[in-house]
Amino acid sequence: MSAHSHAHDDHHGDGGAGHGTFNSYMIGFILSVILTAIPFWLVMDGVLDSKIATALWIMGLGVVQIIVHMVYFLHMNTKSEGGWNMLALIFTLVIVAIAIAGSMWVMYHLNTNMMPQMDHDMIKSFG
Amino acid sequence: MFSNPDLLHFIFGRLSLDSLPFHEPILVVTFAAVVLGGIAVLGGITYFRLWGYLWNEWITSIDHKKIGIMYIILALVMLLRGFSDALMMRAQQAMAFGGSEGFLPPDHYDQIFTAHGVIMIFFVAMPLVTGLMNFVVPLQIGARDVAFPFLNNFSFWMTTSGAVLIMVSLFVGEFAKTGWLAYPPLSDIVYSPGVGVDYYIWALQIAGVGTLLSGVNLVVTIVKMRAPGMSMMKMPVFTWTALCTNVLIVAAFPVLTAVLVLLGLDRYADTNFFTNDLGGNAMMYINLIWIWGHPEVYILILPAFGVFSEVVSTFSRKRLFGYSSMVYATVVITILSYIVWLHHFFTMGSGASVNAFFGIATMIISIPTGAKIFNWMFTMYKGRISFDVPMLWTIGFMLTFVIGGMTGVMLAVPPADFVLHNSLFLIAHFHNVIIGGVVFGMFAGIVYWFPKAFGFKLDPFWGKMSFWLWLVGFYFAFMPLYVLGLMGITRRMSQFDDPSLQIWFVIAAFGALLIAGGIGSFILSIVVAVIKRDKLRDETGDPWGDGRTLEWSTSSPPPAYNFAFTPVVHDLDAWADMKKRGYVRPTEGFLDIHMPKNTGAGFILAALSLVLGFALVWHIWWLVIASFIALVVGAIAHTFNYDRDYHIPASEVVETEDERTALLAKQQA
Repeated sequence: MSAHSHAHDDHHGDGGAGHGTFNSYMIGFILSVILTAIPFWLVMDGVLDSKIATALWIMGLGVVQIIVHMVYFLHMNTKSEGGWNMLALIFTLVIVAIAIAGSMWVMYHLNTNMMPQMDHDMIKSFG
Repeated sequence: MFSNPDLLHFIFGRLSLDSLPFHEPILVVTFAAVVLGGIAVLGGITYFRLWGYLWNEWITSIDHKKIGIMYIILALVMLLRGFSDALMMRAQQAMAFGGSEGFLPPDHYDQIFTAHGVIMIFFVAMPLVTGLMNFVVPLQIGARDVAFPFLNNFSFWMTTSGAVLIMVSLFVGEFAKTGWLAYPPLSDIVYSPGVGVDYYIWALQIAGVGTLLSGVNLVVTIVKMRAPGMSMMKMPVFTWTALCTNVLIVAAFPVLTAVLVLLGLDRYADTNFFTNDLGGNAMMYINLIWIWGHPEVYILILPAFGVFSEVVSTFSRKRLFGYSSMVYATVVITILSYIVWLHHFFTMGSGASVNAFFGIATMIISIPTGAKIFNWMFTMYKGRISFDVPMLWTIGFMLTFVIGGMTGVMLAVPPADFVLHNSLFLIAHFHNVIIGGVVFGMFAGIVYWFPKAFGFKLDPFWGKMSFWLWLVGFYFAFMPLYVLGLMGITRRMSQFDDPSLQIWFVIAAFGALLIAGGIGSFILSIVVAVIKRDKLRDETGDPWGDGRTLEWSTSSPPPAYNFAFTPVVHDLDAWADMKKRGYVRPTEGFLDIHMPKNTGAGFILAALSLVLGFALVWHIWWLVIASFIALVVGAIAHTFNYDRDYHIPASEVVETEDERTALLAKQQA
């Protein structure tokens, strides 16, 4: 750890993530504001007729927001931390995808098999 | 003033004198014993003036070795609690036949089986695993501490606060009566209006913070702080399993936290995530908690696999057979552990395609595990095996775990699971893998690394007694449960009608007594070793004679800085390689060593969390607000503490290293 990690602490050169510039922070900030404003507008003005479509748009914009934060504020790219960041990100995406897709599949099956009438109610309550 | 109910309610929330379980004679006697024992311990500490020593050397310590040891002490203390629950259950089930209600009222019995499960998983198995990783990993990778030493201390005390909160529930109020995963709707406020489930939620949330942070800590340590030359494929197998376990912790524990938050909202804020009506769905809780729960199983077992790998090659005096297949098997298990969770609820009503997918995935995960078993056997093949205590645990594991693995594959067949679900067969299966795998592995690890931690071996006679009593006791205690399960007996029953079943429960209770002997022998092996420590002393730092990894290259116990010079690694099994190439220990040229400084912040923040948890359980809102503010302010204040490090002066390093040189020279002579 000694010599190697010192080199690491002193200058964020080879492996570590960079610091970003005023411009990159500004771009990130403006993108975040826009991405936050759109969902408010969608909900408050009732732009879309379907509530499900609104919810999906908000979630989609949320994902874009996450990417903006990772790129502009956390300075992540495919090479930062010697590739470990990218590896961790891919692992996270795989796990999140498994958990969400798996849960939806499992719960859909349960609903159709166990509670057909409730399924109907739930669809109605979503509107 | 005391007649004003509003004021009393404001001050004490739900807490009142009625909350104390005076009506339970067992609890009153236990409480008296705990108080007397506690007074004796506290009195002893005061009499021998140990408070300063404890505070300065242990409680505030951020040395990964001491924190590791404290984790293991916590686990052993909680093991005694969890095991007394087990003994009570075995005694109750052996008695309660033919109209007899046994000695435990159903209400109390339900709390006992819940507490047993929660304590054994969260406060015995988890601290054992975390403690062992904490102690061993930095030494194995040639580092001087973990990546975030303060967080490490904080994590330990958060885990301890969770444990203390559960212990408090024994004497103040009650514990959950819901089973160890607190399934709703039973755990909803409607069906569990008492404080039991709240104790459960807050104990796990507080301890969960500790677990998650220590997971992050160890991942970063392993990724960033390996000695120069130690590439990923030159890491010791235990470090590999520790890495995978901590990745699992980081990915899985947030799911537990989230699902307990939702359950908490249902109970505290009248939301309807898991209720029966208003769109709530209790099945979602079961789905989510097993998305955490199945990886948790592998969080516990992977480090045990790591221990066995180290032990097998050390005591067979051979390099581990199939190192890279061992690493790949570990990684494959890490990924696969995320796609099998539904096998915990095959019977909940999913269709055939869902059950088939998860059943097959479960069977596939047994393949890499089987590959590991063969690797260990091939390592032993033609080895010069010495049957020291860690090796006995390992061989006991290999036999026992294979049986547990096979009954696991049986349960993975959905049609079979419909017959066996929630039966005692299931109970026998998971005790078979957890005792035969995790517990044996952790005991093997403790016996194996104890001389590294304290400078003397554990007493081998009582160690062997402990092993044999555990092994035989395990078979007596759980084989009858397989039989009963196949006969259709379900879990969590406090009384039985059919008198022909009684003999099986009596045999199981006898097995539990043998295990009690095993635990007693293990404690004796420590006590006797402390008494005979001069005979069992290790002055070489390599007590088993054939240590292969870097932790055996330093002294026993290692100095605070672990390694005077960071070792350079050229091959797998770095220490074996260094010995082979005639490594000469440097005896001069020492420099100042930069080390982190002790701090009491972790202990204080964790103590505040404990108060917060207690206040939340009892709805003492003013205390909730006060302790929460104190917690946030304390955490922020700690960030302004810039006095975090110091240098061990070279002169002190020279002194320590010269002592070791003299000891080693004495060995040679």
